[in-house]
Amino acid sequence: MSIFVDDDTRVVVQGITGGEGKFHAGQMIEYGTNVVAGAVPGKGGQEVDGVPVYDTVDEAVEAEDADASVIFVPPAFAGDAIFESLDTDLDLAVAITEGIPTQDMAKVNKRLGETDTRLIGPNCPGIITPGEAKLGILPGNIFSEGNVGLVSRSGTLTYQVVDNLTERGLGQSTAIGIGGDPIIGTSFVDALEAFEADPDTDAVVMCGEIGGEDEEQAAKFIGEHMDTPVAGFIAGRTAPPGKRMGHAGAIVSGSGTGTAQSKIDALNDAGVPVGDTPEEVADHVEDFL
Amino acid sequence: MKLHEYQAKSLFADAGIPVPDSRLATSVDEALDAVDEIGYPAAVKAQVHVGGRGKAGGIKIATDREEAEQYAEEILGMDLKGYTVDQVLVEAGVDFVDELYVGVTMDRGEGKPVLMVSTEGGVNIEEVAEENPDAIAREHVDPAFGLHPYQARKVVYEAGVDADVALDVASILSTLYDLYEENDASEIEVNPVMITGDRDVVAADAVMNIDEDALFRQPDLAEMAEASYEDDLERKAGEYGFDYVRLSGNVGIIGNGAGLVMTTLDLVDYYGGAPANFLDIGGGAKAERVTQALDMVFSDDNVDAVVFNIFGGITRGDEVAKGINEALEGFDEIPKKVVVRLAGTNAEEGMEILNTDLVEVEKTLEDAVQRAVKNADEVTQ
Repeated sequence: MSIFVDDDTRVVVQGITGGEGKFHAGQMIEYGTNVVAGAVPGKGGQEVDGVPVYDTVDEAVEAEDADASVIFVPPAFAGDAIFESLDTDLDLAVAITEGIPTQDMAKVNKRLGETDTRLIGPNCPGIITPGEAKLGILPGNIFSEGNVGLVSRSGTLTYQVVDNLTERGLGQSTAIGIGGDPIIGTSFVDALEAFEADPDTDAVVMCGEIGGEDEEQAAKFIGEHMDTPVAGFIAGRTAPPGKRMGHAGAIVSGSGTGTAQSKIDALNDAGVPVGDTPEEVADHVEDFL
Repeated sequence: MKLHEYQAKSLFADAGIPVPDSRLATSVDEALDAVDEIGYPAAVKAQVHVGGRGKAGGIKIATDREEAEQYAEEILGMDLKGYTVDQVLVEAGVDFVDELYVGVTMDRGEGKPVLMVSTEGGVNIEEVAEENPDAIAREHVDPAFGLHPYQARKVVYEAGVDADVALDVASILSTLYDLYEENDASEIEVNPVMITGDRDVVAADAVMNIDEDALFRQPDLAEMAEASYEDDLERKAGEYGFDYVRLSGNVGIIGNGAGLVMTTLDLVDYYGGAPANFLDIGGGAKAERVTQALDMVFSDDNVDAVVFNIFGGITRGDEVAKGINEALEGFDEIPKKVVVRLAGTNAEEGMEILNTDLVEVEKTLEDAVQRAVKNADEVTQ
């Protein structure tokens, strides 16, 4: 088993006719994902790599029974594209787009609370259940099937840790990049809750970074609600306060919370070992299993 | 993106928020013309993108023409925390009896804008938040509906603002929220809002930051954007379009993806080295970007050795390798030792292409970082 996506997931790609959308739709299909439709306003009736394109997500759902979307739409229109997915009552929307205005995301966030659709991202690499489905831009070849769940704020850091796991024969149940923006859909806690409920996930890796308090909240959740063992990693220990380190969310305000140390302390207090290096994270997982 | 005080105040004034009479001056003569019109006392305020201008000597109150001239001479051209002051705001002094703090910002935990009001204005609000959080009243705004006027009143009363000026302050707060929304601000702060002896309410300072991701739909504000780099290397990074932060160590770091680059910095530190910079070449980088990135770290005099770590998802190892070769083949002598580690998409092809006469190669992140730290140590010894 797995969480959120599997080989039954039927995907509509919003923005499939754009450069990124077209390339990654192809990569997703190659990985074995059921990409059943594309949705691009004004491009209805076309085909991309044999995938039928519709003008609206609603039509794609009607015609192809899509239940999840992946969004490769430029930032100016991405908020609207997410709304379209939410208002079409998809089970899942994965927003890859980086640079969506924060006030647009605040409105999306409000709507999220009123629907049953799960949003992953934005500004994220997506989600993969190895051997079954990939929704996003993660390089499929580094993943392997297994029982380790992984949730991370960062794309390339996810790849690094997965690589360390796969090298040792520690395959993954599902890996999720939740995104580096200040306002995101699925949080660490949401993903951890799902991994805890998944009978085929026997250990979890959580990769956080400086900024915000999501990791602290996740630590609290782990301490109170999880039996599945969790190993942690926190990026940004050497980041100077007040500087933005690439991710809009990765800024240490200078007050107590949000620093790497406060996150590491919170995780340790919840019984989560935090690796000093990605290699050490894999050591901890190996110890769990 | 930060706005200058004078830019924010001009937006405030256009929206009907009372601000002191003021003029922008770029020379001592202009400053003197300004005080002649405004009268005394007058504040001479440096317009630079740094906090704590007052403490750093960038704000002075002149009580006569002689002082005004002296302060304008002092402040114009002064170095304020690394920024040269080339313009001052000359502003009518306000005779106040009370100071408030008001602000609007995004509460990222809640995913909602929040209004903040405190009667402990005029001081460092971060300290108030730390030591006495109850002294700041807060009210979240539903981003779908926008601000209901009652919310502005509620938070002002809750903060304990004097009843006779509460509605005026609420009206300012309401207008600030409109400005926050209309301009895609990430933050607006007025500290202090001054209450005069005549019980007038005046916005005496203005901090306004704009969401850079929204500048595409804020053309007027985008024009106000000016480079505010702390040194030449950050300026260069801005021109190249890199996410770059300069640090104080001697190991130069280039990588892709914020989380992995941060991790590489942390590992340099963990293995006993000191990171010189954060440099993210971004996703899908082509050979030219790689050359530019190497140019960045080579032109940093602090850098003694470099680690180049790429985990390709959309970035291709062979493209990166090509870029590294091209950048280094131009040198008679490689200025700084470069350790390269490529993984992920087309990493093997990349490893084959790499000219190992020019770079050192490691298979894992840990090994690459340790080798770069060692290389840097050898230079300093």
